[in-house]
Amino acid sequence: MTAHPPAAAPGGRGRSRRVVAPFAAVSVLISAAALTGCGQQRDAGAYTVMNSSTDESYHRWDAEAMARCGKQLGVTIEQQSVPAAQVMTKALRMASSKSLPDIVQFDASEMPTFADAGGLTDLRTLGLSTRDIPEGIVNFGSYQGTYYGAARSVNTLALFYNKDVLDEAGLPVPTTWAELRETAKKLTQGKRYGVALSAGGAEDGVFQFTPFMWSNGGDETRLDSPQVVAALDYWKSLLKDGSLSKSTVSWTQADVNDQFMAGNAAMMINGPWQVETLNTKKSLHWGIARIPVPKAGDASVGPLGGAVLTVPNTGDEQRERTAARIVACLSGEREQLTYALNSWMVPANEKAAAVWRKRVPELDALADQVAAARSRTAKLGAGWSSVSLALQSAFQSALTGQSSQAALTRAQQRATSGN
Amino acid sequence: MTTSTVTAPAAARPPRTATVPDPARQRRRRRLTQWGFVAPAVVFMLLFFGYPLVRNVVMSFQHYTPKTFFTGDAPFNGTDNWSHVFRDALFGKALWHTLVFTAGSLLGQFCIGLALAVFFNRRFPLNGVLRSLILLPWLVPMVVSGIVWRRILDQDTGVLNSFLDTLGLGGHTPWLTSPDMALLAVILVNVWIGIPFNMVILYGGLQEIPKDLYEAAALDGASAWRTFRSITLPMLRPVITVVLVLGFMSTVKILDLILALTDGGPADATQTLGTLTYQNSFVQLDFGAGAVVGNVLILISAVFAVFYLRANRTEGK
Repeated sequence: MTAHPPAAAPGGRGRSRRVVAPFAAVSVLISAAALTGCGQQRDAGAYTVMNSSTDESYHRWDAEAMARCGKQLGVTIEQQSVPAAQVMTKALRMASSKSLPDIVQFDASEMPTFADAGGLTDLRTLGLSTRDIPEGIVNFGSYQGTYYGAARSVNTLALFYNKDVLDEAGLPVPTTWAELRETAKKLTQGKRYGVALSAGGAEDGVFQFTPFMWSNGGDETRLDSPQVVAALDYWKSLLKDGSLSKSTVSWTQADVNDQFMAGNAAMMINGPWQVETLNTKKSLHWGIARIPVPKAGDASVGPLGGAVLTVPNTGDEQRERTAARIVACLSGEREQLTYALNSWMVPANEKAAAVWRKRVPELDALADQVAAARSRTAKLGAGWSSVSLALQSAFQSALTGQSSQAALTRAQQRATSGN
Repeated sequence: MTTSTVTAPAAARPPRTATVPDPARQRRRRRLTQWGFVAPAVVFMLLFFGYPLVRNVVMSFQHYTPKTFFTGDAPFNGTDNWSHVFRDALFGKALWHTLVFTAGSLLGQFCIGLALAVFFNRRFPLNGVLRSLILLPWLVPMVVSGIVWRRILDQDTGVLNSFLDTLGLGGHTPWLTSPDMALLAVILVNVWIGIPFNMVILYGGLQEIPKDLYEAAALDGASAWRTFRSITLPMLRPVITVVLVLGFMSTVKILDLILALTDGGPADATQTLGTLTYQNSFVQLDFGAGAVVGNVLILISAVFAVFYLRANRTEGK
């Protein structure tokens, strides 16, 4: 670095020019290339949908649905799939470079953030109807009273159980917390735990905690309430009994499913998107039931999950209208049923759901659970992410030794301070 | 278009034979040539290092939210982001974890790497094959290592605990599931990943040490330890500095490994400055707060870069 070779010193005039010119050319080329990246011409007949269908089967199902809708509407629809965790940040970046796709499929818990930033268009003014869609699911796709997102299917959590293991032990499917605790204790044998659930430090864990929190009358607006503390204490009791693996704090929902399939857990809390994988193991006979409630007669309230199709605010009304028609087709009764049957999720449309119930009677419990399910962002909207982070930290602390009350009191402080 | 700019003045120039060497002009031309060589590097640095750096510092004083991406408005809010981040108990924790993680990783990687480098510096059969096998952890993508290790370290079904169990060493260690153990487990995995890098560079350094020095030491009857301390270590010093500084730079900003192994958990036991930046910016979408933590990371790296340059300068003298 310090020693400077006298390279260019004896060079003649012509030579130095010859040297400088290529560098100048390269600099010009680089800046030109950087600038052309900004402008982008949209093709009138081609529409883009950004979603998180990175799984081979989901990508294929979506591609087929888009091909059908494209044919019907006389446009070509291109699918662009990015990992679920990147949909939001990618969409934001696209917004700042004015290159948003025509349709974005957001996870419903993320939609309010994008809507709050002014990034979405009201689907009703674009001509979308909400007829045949239950109020709960319209709210699921709405933010501050405006309908921004059309759900194709919804999901929630349920109790999955290994039929063979329960039959062998002669135990009924638990319906209350006390029964679940007792059953799990009895089914814990050798390497097998009674129950598996995800208390991982991400949205997965929070999703799984909500049915326990809500069914007990707790609420995300007051994390340190006695109801929430009792729900967390219930989780702790499962751990204390040894019916729940200590690894639960590091498991995602997919890990939980792996444990259940490997026979390391007799029951699990999970969602219908795992059914596709569960069915690959022919020797596994599983059943599904509503998540147990604190006391007999309590309502089992699960979290409503799923994605919604939205039309980003691009300022091009003509395109937005066509995009809305694509959304209408993809979330229409026929496509919903096809998608729901493929993915094992519950159709959002009432008529489609009725047909679906007849076609998949084994998932009846799930349809009931969905009907009573609640959206995570209904009360907090865009504020959900801070509460979710505080809650993750709280149940992880509590499950690894801290008292539930102390952990949740701190979580509430963290959530209100906005950290 | 480039040719025209070159030929136009060339054509206007009087014939070469007529020119009288003008020292001032010649000096100017030489300066121009030098800048021509430097220009691409300067443009690159300004564009890809300078701009993001300045932008990050500015952003840390702005209220930068998802709305900003649409409106372009990011109102300045003074030191709000900074005080907000510094008041968060998690920041202190993350800073401490980052320091422990970095010191622990460097110590482990360097000591084992050096031992292996010295070992492979002798000639023996299969030396080359073994050396290339040891490179494997380095070649595997960080996320893949993370996922594999997460399985290995699983408390109930992990290979490591089963192995310890058969040895009668307990085998119920909660590697990734106890807040007291998780940071240690993450450090151990990072040591495993970092050994090859340390070994390769140090091995290269060892090969550069003239063999006759060792011969002289042997003739003088120096012990192995004495030879190592008085010849190997001092001769290796420049290489050691490079290894440690590069290792520091890549370790202090760790993100992918921790995301894959623990996601910062359990109970924030493995949150580092890297994961905190990620969480602030990309989970909470509070880009101002994320930029603050990022700046702290840059500051820490900058301090070490100064040390490194200092060390290099004294080395050069």
